[in-house]
Amino acid sequence: MAINNDMILLEEQKKRTRNKSLTILLFLLPSLLVYLAFILYPILATFNYSLYDWNGMGDKVFIGLENFTTLLSDSTFWTALKNNLYLVLVSVFVQVPFGLIMAIVLLSKIRGKKVLNVIYFLPYLMSSVAIGLLWVFMYDPVKGPINQFLNIFGIESVHWLASSNMAIIAVLIVLVWQFAPFYMILFKASLVGIPEEQYEAAEIDGANGIQQFFYITLPSLMPTIVSSSILAVVGSLKTFDMFFIMLGGGSGSATEILGTYMYRQSFINFNMGYGSTIASMMFILALLSTVIILFTDNNRQKRSGLK
Amino acid sequence: MRPGNLIQKTSLYIFAAMLLVFSGYPFLYMVSTSFKTMGEFFDNPFSIISGSLTLDQFASVFEMGLHTYFINSIIITVASVAIVVFVSALASYPLSRMKFRLNRPLFVLFLVGMMIPVHASLIPIFMMSNELGFYDTLFALLGPYVAFALPISIFIMTQFMSDIPVELEEAAKMDGAGHWKIFSKVILPNIKPAISTVVIYNFVHIWNEFVFALVLIQDKGNMTLPIGLQKFYGEFSVNVPGIMAALTLSSVPVILIFILAQEKVVKGLTSGSVKG
Repeated sequence: MAINNDMILLEEQKKRTRNKSLTILLFLLPSLLVYLAFILYPILATFNYSLYDWNGMGDKVFIGLENFTTLLSDSTFWTALKNNLYLVLVSVFVQVPFGLIMAIVLLSKIRGKKVLNVIYFLPYLMSSVAIGLLWVFMYDPVKGPINQFLNIFGIESVHWLASSNMAIIAVLIVLVWQFAPFYMILFKASLVGIPEEQYEAAEIDGANGIQQFFYITLPSLMPTIVSSSILAVVGSLKTFDMFFIMLGGGSGSATEILGTYMYRQSFINFNMGYGSTIASMMFILALLSTVIILFTDNNRQKRSGLK
Repeated sequence: MRPGNLIQKTSLYIFAAMLLVFSGYPFLYMVSTSFKTMGEFFDNPFSIISGSLTLDQFASVFEMGLHTYFINSIIITVASVAIVVFVSALASYPLSRMKFRLNRPLFVLFLVGMMIPVHASLIPIFMMSNELGFYDTLFALLGPYVAFALPISIFIMTQFMSDIPVELEEAAKMDGAGHWKIFSKVILPNIKPAISTVVIYNFVHIWNEFVFALVLIQDKGNMTLPIGLQKFYGEFSVNVPGIMAALTLSSVPVILIFILAQEKVVKGLTSGSVKG
């Protein structure tokens, strides 16, 4: 009798676990399907396509890793990578600090903060396309406000978008304009979280504003600085819109970034195989940089934890 | 006031003002130009208030087809956001409130999506839409828009859901409620702030999305605002006030949302990174 009862209980438990698994599966299914169909499968397919010589319509010719070896000796790829590196540097060392300054200004005791807050944030809300087109006119060599402004100081008009070096700088400035407000929001959130008492204590100890910044504010912001940097690096690898809109086809391969080069190869030259190779590279780089940053941050946290 | 404070205060205001000009002037230029006639623009491109304050540019922009882009953008944005909210809420329920072996790996798998460059999926999605016959329809955008919005949405939703006290769920269980009942009657009503955060965050991003629309849409009648604007620029680049009017109009919805629901936007941006 007792054994029988136990078996019934066991059966029942099994049934319940099966029911539970089914419930979990049903709740997750829609997301999993969408994710599988539009992210996971496409990434695998991209890696697969990268092994072929293929124009997107005709037959695929398997060529192994030839696309990758071609890529490594493709000077445009290296130019694009270099431009992406500039993007990373400007993101981390200009956009992020800019955002921090904006946040500090907005949290200080000044008048009109509400209005400033909205206006500082506006650029982030516009589409890259709208921003890009707006700034094409801002940079206009004849009627653009920027050159007119420079003229006031006797500086000659610059053909911002014509020469490749200038063009990259011009686009980078626009990207600072667009993304600094994003980091501003992140820093504002974490600045608010720093307890007021720490500053009061420092004030009593006679620390001035600059000392307070370096000994209290900056260390407390470290986690945000790290996550901002991750977002900046990954975001830089994703960049496409602004370069495409402002320079699309304009100044040639010197202003190419990985995103625009991938697009050009795939959807203008119809080298879908080669385009997939560039796309695979972008994926690998995004993954690698995230892993590296997380790993270094982990070490940093461990070190400060041991102290 | 100590002299040090005065210097600090003054430099603060100078900083604030410089940033104000940097952030605000391009907007001012855009909006004020869109109220000018072509003649006024060429005579005096920098005046902030034009003599005529004409609305002609806005009218002509609609005549040239901006409204089609507007309607398309509204349709695809609303549809994508609605699906994202529903689907990500469903997935977040077991991920945040149930123990099972694959919980953590699945959660991480979804989160990894945040760092994936869209380019890595662009060609296969283009191929798929061709094979399935969706190419050059608004529908082709739905899949990728929902998929790439999922990671951040699931991240925000799970955070809110795990904060709901277990007692609420337990009480419902005592009354014999199944998981679907608990989800719809207990969990959903308690994560309204998360839902609105997800809605607003994704609205802004999908409204402005460019790459997929560029690759998957060709016909003018199916274009969303971002590619429509680009097209517009290609065709009427001489008509600067007209383009500025189009840019201004295209930005209005998102800016309105921000002014009406600032904290939600902020919440969406910060939850994706500060805690992460």
